[in-house]
Amino acid sequence: MSGFANEVSSSPLSFWSYFMDHRSADLQLLWSHTWLSVVPVVLGLVIALPLGWLSNRFSWSYPPIMTVSGLLYTIPSIALFVLIPPLLHLDQLSELQVPIALTVYSVALLVRVVADGLGSVSEDTRQAATAIGFTPLARLLKVDLPIAVPVITAGLRVAVVSNVSIVAIAGTIGFQNLGNLFTTGYQLSSGTSPYYPPIVLGLVLCVILALALDALVILAGRGLTPWRRAARG
Amino acid sequence: MIRFDNVTKRYPDGTVAVDSLDLTAETGKITVFVGPSGCGKTTSLRMINRMIEPTQGSIWLDDRDTSTIATHELRRRIGYVIQHAGLFPHRTIVDNVATVPLLLGTDRKKARSDAMDLLERVGLDRGFAKRYPAQLSGGQQQRVGVARALAADPPVMLMDEPFSAVDPVVREQLQDEFLRLQDDLGKTIVFVTHDIDEAIKLGDRIAVLRVGGHLAQLATPADLLARPADAFVAGFVGRDRGYRALGFSEGHELPHHEEPTVRMGETAPAASEAAEWLLAVDGEAHPQGWINVEQTAGREVTEELLYRGGTLATQGGSLRAALDACLSSPSGRGVVVDENHRLLGSAQLDEVVQLIKSEPGPAGADGDTGTGTGTQGTSGATAAVLQKGPA
Ligand SMILES: Nc1ncnc2c1ncn2[C@@H]1O[C@H](COP(=O)(O)OP(=O)(O)OP(=O)(O)O)[C@@H](O)[C@H]1O
Ligand SMILES: [Mg+2]
Repeated sequence: MSGFANEVSSSPLSFWSYFMDHRSADLQLLWSHTWLSVVPVVLGLVIALPLGWLSNRFSWSYPPIMTVSGLLYTIPSIALFVLIPPLLHLDQLSELQVPIALTVYSVALLVRVVADGLGSVSEDTRQAATAIGFTPLARLLKVDLPIAVPVITAGLRVAVVSNVSIVAIAGTIGFQNLGNLFTTGYQLSSGTSPYYPPIVLGLVLCVILALALDALVILAGRGLTPWRRAARG
Repeated sequence: MIRFDNVTKRYPDGTVAVDSLDLTAETGKITVFVGPSGCGKTTSLRMINRMIEPTQGSIWLDDRDTSTIATHELRRRIGYVIQHAGLFPHRTIVDNVATVPLLLGTDRKKARSDAMDLLERVGLDRGFAKRYPAQLSGGQQQRVGVARALAADPPVMLMDEPFSAVDPVVREQLQDEFLRLQDDLGKTIVFVTHDIDEAIKLGDRIAVLRVGGHLAQLATPADLLARPADAFVAGFVGRDRGYRALGFSEGHELPHHEEPTVRMGETAPAASEAAEWLLAVDGEAHPQGWINVEQTAGREVTEELLYRGGTLATQGGSLRAALDACLSSPSGRGVVVDENHRLLGSAQLDEVVQLIKSEPGPAGADGDTGTGTGTQGTSGATAAVLQKGPA
């Protein structure tokens, strides 16, 4: 099997034969796309938990924390990718540049989610937990967080899916992931005859990845909340 | 014993919720805080387990100033029940109940099996153990709340309107079971309600609070009904307090006469052979209801023919129940039964009235009756509706 792109038809529907021709390279891109989408969300959650707890626990801190995280989220991703190396004294095109930027987005998104999730615990339950003699930390871990899981899961779904698309943008500025396929498609096109297969392949793989990660988050959320299904009967 | 020593709570906004409260809740007794909305009942209660800190004064648990005990340790020794139970929605019923023992380090297996026993004690089927709170009715959740508060066998229980969010029938059941449980357990209980009838039914002593957090009167239920300290208490205690006070006058030998009966399933006699109303009993002499002879003559006595409006007076029970049995009976004759709900006979209204007249004190509410070991609590239940025999 030869690897010359022009042996494949340029019809959008021939993305599958394009994939078969470049299988190992494409899978490599898919793999790095996957972990770039997942790891920052996990890190983001770890950082967002204490911040969200803080803004829930001390109501004065809620408005400033939410304003700052809202602002972070409005920074265009390209700008953030470019700004991170000088801010953190990293090399341009450092491996860490993209994961750091994505972690920032995830934190920005998840702080509110964590705060609102903790806020979803009913006043009665909260009172009961205090009266029973939970220490504040034990209450957080054994009562507040488990009850916040459904709200946090909903936020994680948004974070993971939006990360899949932001990672692709990083691909267009040289990082190895499914975004490369878009650049490749663009480069192989000539003014009058666009070359679709890699572009469509990139799209399809991004969508599949997003759906798969979303399903994983849903499953994990279900596993952690048997009580919600029981309640619905 | 819980002792409030000159306790004041002023909220940051200046509201004085509790004002110089001096009060003792005795060991092993139920002390009820009652009063209109906003009079500081909840605030007083929560100061006991330090969910709210007093601005002034101190609260003592036996001989220890509660402010010297670490809050989470204090709270684990004090059961707490609130209006909507406040169960943990993410834990099964059995795990909800086992919460405090687990916090105290009891091993999981023992905590769970103890919790199962407790569920039964509060009248819940073991089959509920694996369910989640959302799968239970409000009344059932409330029972779980009580079980959870009892799980670590705390000497003290605080209850904030625990039965007010359920319907009246369930409320009465819960109250009766609560009294039965307390007879066994003898906890020191502080119980908050805004319902004076509940206070009178449950309390060994009642603290009436008025808005602004002042203690208006602290007394036994019988005393409160007989001798309200001032116009506010009199108004709050309500109109028919003379009648209700009869509930505390117990232990009388009720006069009774033989009452003709017909057995369920037998044929009702002809109108000429009997008085207008005839009492129907089952095979073990448990009264079932009255039949109107004119309407039922010659027919088989079945459930549908019964008039069930009358209440029963238990021999040795309260005068209130005796009076009510007469007033509620269509024949005018009050049905008197023994402790096993077997028919003894019937009493006439004027005989009961004679008995009441012979009582010392206003309307028979002698200050000494009903102050014994929690007996007054059961008086309300004595007037069991003539329906199912044992309550
Ligand atoms: N956190 C608070 N800050 C300011 N005022 C408060 C606070 N909590 C309660 N209060 C006020 O203190 C007073 C007593 O409140 P509390 O909750 O003790 O009343 P309550 O007797 O339990 O009333 P209810 O029967 O309605 O439950 C009320 O006037 C209430 O508005
Ligand atoms: Mg209250």
